[in-house]
Amino acid sequence: MKTSECDIVIVGVGGQGVILISDVIGRAAVKSGKPVRGAETHGMAQRGGSVINHTRIGCRFSPMVAVGRADVLLALEPAEALRFAHFLSPEGVALVNTTPVLPVTVTTGKARYPAMEEILAPLRNICKAVVPMDATAIAKQAGTVQAMNVVMLGALSGHIPLSEDILLAALAEVVPPRYLEANQKAFALGKAEVE
Amino acid sequence: MREYLLGNVAIAKGFMEAGIGLAAGYPGTPSSEIIETLADLRGDLPLHVEWSVNEKVALEVAAGASWTDVRAAATMKHVGLNVAADPFMTLAYLGIGAGLVVVCADDPFCHSSQNEQDSRRYSEFASVPCLDPADPKEAKDMAVYGFELSEKFNIPVMLRPTTRVSHARADVEPGVARPCGGRRQFTKSPGQRVALPVHARPLHTELTKKRSAIEEELQSAPWNRLELKGESGIIAAGISGLYAEEAIQDLDLEDMSLLRIGTYPVPSRMISQLLEHVSRVMVVEELEPVVEEQVERLARKVNPAVEILGKDGSIPREGELDFLTVRNAVARLLGRSEKPALRVAAAEKILPPRPPALCPGCSHRATYYAMRKAFGKKAVYPSDIGCYTMAVGMGTVDTCLCMGSGITLASGIRFGGETEGICCSLGDSTFLHGGMTGLLNAAYNKARITVTILDNSTTAMTGHQPHPGTGVTATGESTVQVSLEALAKALGAGLVKTVDPYDLDKAIEGFQKAKEFPGLSVVIARQPCVIKARRSGAGRKSFAVGEDCAGCRVCVDFGCPAIEFEGEKARINALCTGCGVCAKICPSAVIQEVRK
Repeated sequence: MKTSECDIVIVGVGGQGVILISDVIGRAAVKSGKPVRGAETHGMAQRGGSVINHTRIGCRFSPMVAVGRADVLLALEPAEALRFAHFLSPEGVALVNTTPVLPVTVTTGKARYPAMEEILAPLRNICKAVVPMDATAIAKQAGTVQAMNVVMLGALSGHIPLSEDILLAALAEVVPPRYLEANQKAFALGKAEVE
Repeated sequence: MREYLLGNVAIAKGFMEAGIGLAAGYPGTPSSEIIETLADLRGDLPLHVEWSVNEKVALEVAAGASWTDVRAAATMKHVGLNVAADPFMTLAYLGIGAGLVVVCADDPFCHSSQNEQDSRRYSEFASVPCLDPADPKEAKDMAVYGFELSEKFNIPVMLRPTTRVSHARADVEPGVARPCGGRRQFTKSPGQRVALPVHARPLHTELTKKRSAIEEELQSAPWNRLELKGESGIIAAGISGLYAEEAIQDLDLEDMSLLRIGTYPVPSRMISQLLEHVSRVMVVEELEPVVEEQVERLARKVNPAVEILGKDGSIPREGELDFLTVRNAVARLLGRSEKPALRVAAAEKILPPRPPALCPGCSHRATYYAMRKAFGKKAVYPSDIGCYTMAVGMGTVDTCLCMGSGITLASGIRFGGETEGICCSLGDSTFLHGGMTGLLNAAYNKARITVTILDNSTTAMTGHQPHPGTGVTATGESTVQVSLEALAKALGAGLVKTVDPYDLDKAIEGFQKAKEFPGLSVVIARQPCVIKARRSGAGRKSFAVGEDCAGCRVCVDFGCPAIEFEGEKARINALCTGCGVCAKICPSAVIQEVRK
C-alpha cells in the first residue's frame, strides 16, 4: 500500500536555496490540511557540499524518501541530479537546472565535470521523464539570479498535489517583501517553462 | 493552527509551553537551533537563554536554575554529553529543584560529528530516564512531559532526538507559551545538594529505588504502544518505529504485531506481553542494542523459546536506519523478496566528488598556508573540531579527536619524544570551550609547541553563534568581550603574536617567530568569518588573473573555490570575496585587483 501521496527529493549545492523550496512546499501542504514530513541537511554538509532535502506530502511516516520511490527529483544543479538519481521512481519525473556549479575538485583540475548529455542520458533511463531547463538564465530574466530556486519551484508546481494559489501564499510568507515580486515572476516563468 | 516545524523548533516551543525559566547550551549539530529559537521566542517572558562556554558549564548552569526552583534545560549534541558527563552522573544522585531536561541530540551516521555514540547508554549508565522521540511532534510533547517526569521523581530527564528528528520538519500543532513560575529562591538542603560520601551513599540507594518507580511510571507512557496481532512481531524504538510502520504498510502486513518504544527504562510489561504472544520478534533500533538487551533479559523469564533478531545481522549496528533497510529486514524475516537499493552506475563513474570545503576567501586557508610555509612539511600539525578540520587536504590537520584536544595532543606528542616542529590549531570558540585548560597545562608542564587560535570571531561551523570573545550574548545583548591575547598570556604562553592571515607575509613572519621561540607560543590568526563579513555587508575588492598567467597552478592548488583552471590558465570566478591572498602567492604576480 502506498505510504505517501507525493515524495519529492530536492537536491543542489549548499547555498542554492534548497531549504527555502521545501519550506514553501511544507507550509503549503499544511495550509492544504495535508500531513507533511521533511528532512534537511544542516551543518558540515552545507559548506559547498552536496545538499539533499526530502519532502513528503500526504505522509505520516518518516521524513525520508526511500531510494527508488521519489515521484519528483528537483535538481538545482545538474551533477547533483545524477548523484541522487537513485531516489527516483521508474514512474518519477526529474526537473533539472542545467547550469552547473563546479565543485572544487573540478576547479582545481582533480576531476572532470561531465558533459550535459552524459548526465541526462542515464537519468532518462531510470525514470519516466527528464525535464532539463536553464533555471539560472530564467531567474536572471525574472530580475534576480538568486530566485533560481523559485524558478524550479514554479516548474515543480504542476507535478505536486498542491494548488498554485496556496504555493504562492506560502512563498509570500518566506520571501522578504522587497524580493517578492521578482520571486513571483520567477515562479511564473518556471511554471511556463515546463507547460 | 498547525505549523511546519523543524524538530528543534518544536522542542523549543515545547519548552515555552512548559514555562521554562532557563535554557543553556553549547552549539553542536544537530542541537543548535533549540537555543536559537528560544532566544527568538522569549520576548518579554522571564526566561534566561544563554550560549554557555561548553556543555559541562551549560548543564551546571541549568542545574543551578533548577535548584532555584525554575524549570531549566541544557542542550547539546551527543559528544557534548561526554563533556557534561561529570555533572550529569552526579545530578542523578542529587536530584533537582524544578524540572530539569537535558537535550542530547544524537547523530547516527556522523552527518556532522566525529563519532556516532548512542546516548541512550548514558541514560542507562546514570539511571536517568530518557525520552526518544520519533518525530517533531513527539519531540515537542516529550519536551513538555520531560519536566513533569523530572519533577515527579526528582531527577533530571534526558530528551534524545536524533538528526532525523532535530532536522526533520512536520506539521505540528503548537500550544501556548506559559510564563515561568517557581519561587526563584535557592533552598539550602546539604543532604541533597552536597555530594559528600556520607550523602552520596544513601542517595545512590534512593536512586536505585527511583529507577524502579520510574520504570513503572513509563510503562503507560503514550509513546509506548503495543498492537498484538500475529505470531511475528517487531519492537522498534524512537524513529525506527516510523520505519517499521511504513514497512508494515508497504508490505501489507495485516498480521504483524508491533511494539513501539519511546522511553527508557523500556516498558517491560509490554515487552513481556509481546514475547508471550509471538514466536519470533525483530528488534529495530539505531546504533546500540539497548532495547534488544532488555528484550533478551525478559525473554529468559517469560518465553525462552522465542526467536530474537536484531543486531545479529538483521539490523545494522552502525549508521542510521531508513525505511528501505527496515523494510528489507522485515521482508527477509517473512521470506518475502527484498527491494535492492538502486544504484546508478553512471553516477558512480563520471561524477566529480563534491566534498564540503572551506568557503571562498576563508581565512583559515590563508592561515594554514602561512603556517606550513613557516613550519615546513615535516612539522606535526595536531588540529581540532571546526570548519578548519575540512582543511585536512592542506597537510596542516594531522589529528582531530575532540574539542580542545589539539593543544593537549600536541603536548603529548612533544613529551612523547617528537623532535620536529609542532604547531597545533583550533578555533576561537573551540579554544574557549575546551582549549584553555590544555594551554594552561602546556605552559605548566613546559611544552615547547605553537598553538594557533584560528579566530574568525564566531562559532562558524554550527551556524555563527556568539561566544565570550564576540562581546554579544545568545539574545543579542552586548557583554564583556574577552581578549584572547590576555587569556593566552594569563594561561602562561611565553609568546603571543596576533596576525592577519590576509596579510600573508606578516602572517608567515609571525609563525616563524613562534617556531623559533624556545617555549610555549601562541599565534592568534584573526579575520572575521567570510560568511559573517558578507552578511554584515563588508565591502570587498575584486581580483582577476592577467593575460600573462603562466599556468603554474600555485593559486589553483591553494584550493580556493573561487579559482578555476581553464585552458591552461587560472581564472577567478564570481565566488571571489576579494581577500587577495591568491594575488600574494602568485609567483608571476599576474593576479591583480581590478575596479568593479
